[in-house]
Amino acid sequence: MAETPRDAVIIGGNRIPFARAHGAYAKSSNQDMLTSALNGLIARYGLQGKQLGAVAGGAVLKHSKNFNLVRESALGTPLDPKTPAYDVQMACATGTEAIGSLANKIKLGQIDSAIGGGVDSISDAPIVVSDELRGILMEATRAKTAGQRLKALAKIRPGHLAPKAPGTGEPRTGLSMGEHMAVTANKWGITREEQDELAVASHRNLASAYESGFFNDLISPFTGLSADNNMRADSSIEKLAKLSPVFGKDLGGNATITAANSTPLTDGASAVLLGSEEWADAHDLPKLANFVDYEQGAVDFVDGAEGLLMAPTYAAARMLKRNNLTFEDFEYFEIHEAFASTVLAQMKAWESEDFCRDVLGLDKPLGSIDRSKLNVNGSSLAAGHPFAATGGRIVATLAKLLHGKPGKLGFISVCAAGGQGITAIIEGR
Amino acid sequence: MAQDSYTEFVNTGLGKKITKALGLPQPAKLRRYRPDAPVIHGPVVLLGSTEASDILARHLLGWGLDVRRHIGPKEKVAAVVALFDSVATPAQLSDTVLAVGGLLKQLKSSARVITVFRDPAHTEDPAVRAARKGVEGLTRSLAHEMRAGGTANGIMLHEELDIASPSVAGALRFLLSGRSAFVSGQFITVDSVNGALPDDWAAPLEGQVAVVTGAARGIGAAIARTLHRDGARVVVVDIPAAGEQLAAVANEVAGTALQLDITDDDAGEQILDHAEQYYGRLDIVVHNAGITRDKLLANMDSSRWDSVIAVNIESQLRMNRALLNSELFNRPEGTVGPRIVSLASTSGIAGNRGQSNYAASKAGVMGMVSASSSQLQARHGTINAVAPGFIETEMTAKMPFATREVARRLNSLNQGGRPEDVAETIAYLASPAAAGTSGLTLRVCGQNLVGA
Repeated sequence: MAETPRDAVIIGGNRIPFARAHGAYAKSSNQDMLTSALNGLIARYGLQGKQLGAVAGGAVLKHSKNFNLVRESALGTPLDPKTPAYDVQMACATGTEAIGSLANKIKLGQIDSAIGGGVDSISDAPIVVSDELRGILMEATRAKTAGQRLKALAKIRPGHLAPKAPGTGEPRTGLSMGEHMAVTANKWGITREEQDELAVASHRNLASAYESGFFNDLISPFTGLSADNNMRADSSIEKLAKLSPVFGKDLGGNATITAANSTPLTDGASAVLLGSEEWADAHDLPKLANFVDYEQGAVDFVDGAEGLLMAPTYAAARMLKRNNLTFEDFEYFEIHEAFASTVLAQMKAWESEDFCRDVLGLDKPLGSIDRSKLNVNGSSLAAGHPFAATGGRIVATLAKLLHGKPGKLGFISVCAAGGQGITAIIEGR
Repeated sequence: MAQDSYTEFVNTGLGKKITKALGLPQPAKLRRYRPDAPVIHGPVVLLGSTEASDILARHLLGWGLDVRRHIGPKEKVAAVVALFDSVATPAQLSDTVLAVGGLLKQLKSSARVITVFRDPAHTEDPAVRAARKGVEGLTRSLAHEMRAGGTANGIMLHEELDIASPSVAGALRFLLSGRSAFVSGQFITVDSVNGALPDDWAAPLEGQVAVVTGAARGIGAAIARTLHRDGARVVVVDIPAAGEQLAAVANEVAGTALQLDITDDDAGEQILDHAEQYYGRLDIVVHNAGITRDKLLANMDSSRWDSVIAVNIESQLRMNRALLNSELFNRPEGTVGPRIVSLASTSGIAGNRGQSNYAASKAGVMGMVSASSSQLQARHGTINAVAPGFIETEMTAKMPFATREVARRLNSLNQGGRPEDVAETIAYLASPAAAGTSGLTLRVCGQNLVGA
């Protein structure tokens, strides 16, 4: 693997249970949720009054008043207020990017400790006025006389007053993420059955992880909710088969994406504690795993040359090459389930001789991923996907899975809006 | 916490007049512990055998107290310490008892009467045991007669114990101080010379690591705060579903939160692993977590019975086995050993209608504590229980008004205790100054009339 000056150690994580939008956390803000996730982390690791190197994270959907969301959240915790904090934003890869860049700072010796994470709320989404109305209001603000102001305000028409909620549509294509994914799934020949199977496995794996107490030191409850409320332990292929497709309807019989094999809109927050080995030892903290490396990727999806959520496929190839690794070197794979078909399409691409040779420029395919190593404690289809909080969930889960398995590797793939994505490597210790 | 508005009312000028005229109970505002306040304000009068009183007087003077052997008839008295350690027949009680009686009208509010005597069980001589049992009887009666928040308690010494042993001073200080505000009519046994008095009485648990189960709220959270205030670093434990409140308590006491179901087979090991990882030591375990599932026995189902037994007593037995098998819970020779304090209940002493399961579990705790004592003493440690009476908590706030009002007044202090009162007693029993006391169940009940 690539040599670095020192290890960045994953010490532990905490998240609040993820809640389906407009449900358990309908009255909670991003700041409330992130503060709670941080408080739980601080309580678990006794970080009260400590000055950390940095706290970084973000939210995909945030109010303009939350320009300093992470700093404001950190100030609401018992951390030393001299701990710097800042916002990061890379769509659904926000949390992973925050954690990866903090790990790099630790490796370089710039900081010794950090918390990375993220939060998102659909229930408290920033609703704004239309561009037309905003233009008129700004003109009125610039007006020098009452007459000019009246003249500006007189331009307001009833149609301007409709509020604008943020959507998940891609600004450059106008298509929703689901519609983009439907095209990719169809291109790679992903069947409805495979997708439903993956969704059922996600629910069952997550439920059995809860059952075994795996999350006892990874989750702390929030406003009375103590487990992800999207989880359906009794999910079955038969039940899922009854649902009608919701995306790719113009594909007719080839439409395969349903509400159950897509992630629901979700509220939640997560945080991961990182440190140098020396810092962890000095504070008597556990060392679950090392954050070894990560790679960003982006694809040209606008003209349809590549699928919107396929960027991790490219990032993985570069990251593995740099670290001189193959899929066979990995013990666990955490592939974010934006849609079941996202995971399946990425895996098909890595198995494809043609794609790996012609597109990724590899001598041979990256190969197939053993399903028994994939998302073994559930992923976003079951847990839900509060955009920026997903990275923290995955990193903490994988680090705990690898703890006590020194040298064993874990692989992370997270796709993101805008045709981007991140892959990462974690090593158990 | 429930608001005792009657006690607030009685302690106003008008309230006092009205309730006195009506002959209603007169609950006083109790003197409670503050680290920066003197042990007790005002003269402490020592009565009885001079040899023992010289030893105790040196402690009292060392604590900066105003110690007297005689006091004028006009002076106010803060506490009376009556030494009966050498009585051999009931007739010998007379002089000291009547001298105590002569001072009762001079007592300040929240005053203390403390009797010191040898354990009746340790003599086979009928006259000596009769005299010692006599001290028990008079102490309990005196506790009923105390006014204005005053209490009466006893320190019961092992037959051979040197009265200069540190835990005698530790018990004396606890009973004099506001830490024992809601303890009355009780006896603290001191059986061994084990123990050490702290350098700093404001931080008797300095450098020690304590685990408190059920710490997310109520009495458990109060215990965590009190142990932290006394200098301990605290691990707070509660079930994962209580994690949000647990984190708040951990952050308040600058401790660590461990989300854990104490009925897990490996709960003890998980606690030990956590203490080892984060602190490298473990000195004190407080088994506070408990549940109630009240039902008349005729209507009891297995889930109600079994869950109460599993959480309240079986889990403690299992965790104690793990603790006692662990090197971490062993202290080097010559230091104060590990301490366990369990929550019992007056229901376990007197029984309570609708609580056969709870009473069985809490009586079980007392049995476990007395039977485990030799194992802990082999490590120079202790195990004790605290049995709270009516305590003002979220749980008792949900009782029907009339039931709650009656339950509050059914003790010699005419009021409910606070979670802090239970916590103070636990902190005392967990302290090195109580290392000579083990196997005891100490009631924090204001001398509740049930199960006396």
